[in-house]
Order: sequence, then C-alpha cells, then structure tokens
Amino acid sequence: MTIDTSGLSCPEPVLKTKQAIKNQPASLEVLVDNNTALQNVKRFLENNKYTVTIEDYLLKAKK
Amino acid sequence: MNKKKLWMIIGGLVIGVMSGLLVKFGNPGNMGVCIACFLRDISGSLGLHSTSKLAYIRPEVIGIVLGGFIAAIITKEFNVKGGSSPFIRFLLGMTVMIGALAFLGCPLRMVLRLGGGDLNAIIGILGFACGILVGIYFLNKGFSLKRNYKQPKAGGYMLPAIMVTLLALVIIKPAFLIFGVEGNLPPHAPILLSLTAGLITGVIAQRTRLCMVGGIRDSVMFKDSYLLLGFVSIFVGALITNLIFGNFNLGFEGQPAAHSVWYVNFIGMVVAGWGSVLLGGCPLRQLVLSSEGNVDSSVTIMGLMMGAGIAHNLKLVGAADNTMPALMILIGFLLFVSLVNRD
Repeated sequence: MTIDTSGLSCPEPVLKTKQAIKNQPASLEVLVDNNTALQNVKRFLENNKYTVTIEDYLLKAKK
Repeated sequence: MNKKKLWMIIGGLVIGVMSGLLVKFGNPGNMGVCIACFLRDISGSLGLHSTSKLAYIRPEVIGIVLGGFIAAIITKEFNVKGGSSPFIRFLLGMTVMIGALAFLGCPLRMVLRLGGGDLNAIIGILGFACGILVGIYFLNKGFSLKRNYKQPKAGGYMLPAIMVTLLALVIIKPAFLIFGVEGNLPPHAPILLSLTAGLITGVIAQRTRLCMVGGIRDSVMFKDSYLLLGFVSIFVGALITNLIFGNFNLGFEGQPAAHSVWYVNFIGMVVAGWGSVLLGGCPLRQLVLSSEGNVDSSVTIMGLMMGAGIAHNLKLVGAADNTMPALMILIGFLLFVSLVNRD
C-alpha cells in the first residue's frame, strides 16, 4: 500500500498515515514532498513501532 | 532525549529570552515578538488602517522572513509551491488576525504574555485549545484545503524581496509612509537588535518547524509532544528573562497591551486557534512557510494584514463594542469552510 501525501498541509500527511495504519498493516509506503512532512511521518511511524527506511521522499515502513 | 527535541528546547528558550530582551530594550510590554501585532503595525505604516500611533515597520517580521529564507536556501528546502485554496487561505488569514486582535496577540504573544504574568493569557490558551479541538474534529472528518503544486519561481522570492524593501524603508523612513504620530514612534527596540532577534527567530523556526498551533494539535491527534516542547520552552525563557528584568507582573488587571474581558479573550483565541488549524499552522509558521517559497502562506500573510486593517478601521480590536458580533460572524465562516471542504 502506498499513500501519496504530496502537497498536503500539516497535519494531513501524518493524519493520512494514521488512518492507513489503523488495521496494523505489516508494511506500507508513504510518499511525501518536503522534509517537514518526511520527519513528521517518520516520527509518527516510529512511535507506532514501525521500522522506517527512506528513499528520497518515499518512506518504507515495516512492522 | 533525542537531539531534535533538545534543539527544540534550546530554540524555544532562545526565542523566549530574546523576546524578554526586546521588551527590556524598548518593545511594548510582553511584546518581544508578536506576529499579529507586528503585521498590524506594518499594515498601519502602509496605510491599511488609520491607527497611526501603532504604525511602524517592525524589523522582527523582516528578520523572521529573511532568516527563514536564508535557512531554507542553505538547506535546499526552498521550493516554490502554491494553489491550495489561496482565496480561502486569504480569508482564513483575515479571520485569524481579527480573532488574535480581539485577544491582543497572536499565539506566540499569548505565551509571552503568560511569561510576563498576564493571567488573561490563560483564558486565551483555553480558548485557543478549544479552537484547536474543533479544528481537529473537522480534520478527522476529512477537512482539507487540498494539495499545492509547483509554481513559477518569482512568487517565492516576492515576500523576501518585499521584506528587504521594507527594511530599506524603515531605515530611510520616507514621508509617504506612516511612522507613529508626529514623529513619535510606537515603543520599539533599536532596529539592529529587532532585526537580529528576528533573523535568529526565523532560522530557529525554519529549522525546528516551530508552530504554536501544532504543539497542542499534534499532542492531541498523534500523542506527539515535539512542537509542544517549543511552546513550553518559549514560556520558560520569557518567564526567566522577565523575572530578571523586573518585567513580571502577576494578575489580570493593568497588563500591558491587554484587556481582561474574559469572553472576548476566550472567543478571540477560539477563532485564532480554529482558523490556524485549518491553515495548517500559526501566523509565525505562515511567515516561515512563506520564506520557504510557499506562496499560499504568502497569500495568508496578506490576509492577516488585510484583517488587521479591517479590525482597526471597523474598531474590532480588544473588547470593543463591535468585537463580539464580528467574532460570531467569523465563527459562522469557519463553520462553513470546515463543513464544506471535506473529502
């Protein structure tokens, strides 16, 4: 599952991520388009026990 | 504690201490930095309202935009974007300004006022938190101003360019602009000090993403206290500095640039908080986003300045007779936007 948060204002990138992990998927990808959203989404995923790897502006999260 | 949080605490403390120093060196009480008040003062200087005794081009605002701009260029975070509901953002900017001026301060000054012992700020914070909670409710229901997109570059350079021009104008003080009444400028710190404090604030705010509305919002929505640390640190920094310089005065009455009509303070900050959540950031954050090339935020700044003009010309500032009816109309507007703009 990939969610695209490009161009959205705070806190929508994190909110969309929160909605996406509601059912605890084993993995997901989140596309962002700026460093602020990148850091916010990364912090949120890590707080929710996902391991995050970053490729450019794509966050890959795994349980 | 991780490094980012530590930097946020240090950054918040520095901004709080600098705000206390700016008051010590001439700024109005508890108004080291206030984005609403200072944009209002700039509006006055440009003739957007006729309360000339408040008309001054505040170098703090110039510094924040230029500091944010320089930091964004160096870190390659300068990206020109826009097109996410610009007109609604303009109107939300006006709304946030009118709400903030009913309370007499933006969310940043609200914290600084508390740091000076002004207990009316507690009422403001309660209203602010309520406004944020209402905004969160609509965000959770799918509220969005939709995506922004890449824009032609010139737009992103405009606000920094305007700020450089304003800096030249505040130094030259040409007769076609308004600066106080008959040469009596409103209370202010020396230009160089104000500008330097602004530049440092701009760099800190750009690097840490400091946002007064984001602190409470993220704590409630995501149990994330990162931005709230900045909010609290600014308070602590201002409190200590005010105590040292004897500018701490605990109470509701007789506070500088404040009134103690609780329901106006409360509802004013409900409007400012709700509007800021819909915008995605407080007025300080809007300045910094503009400096990073977000032209929607630049439009929001213009809305804030227009709101200041209207608030002063129509006498909606503080606890005036016209304030509460205006705030009620704005709540109607916020409700309309919140309900209509859903996924």
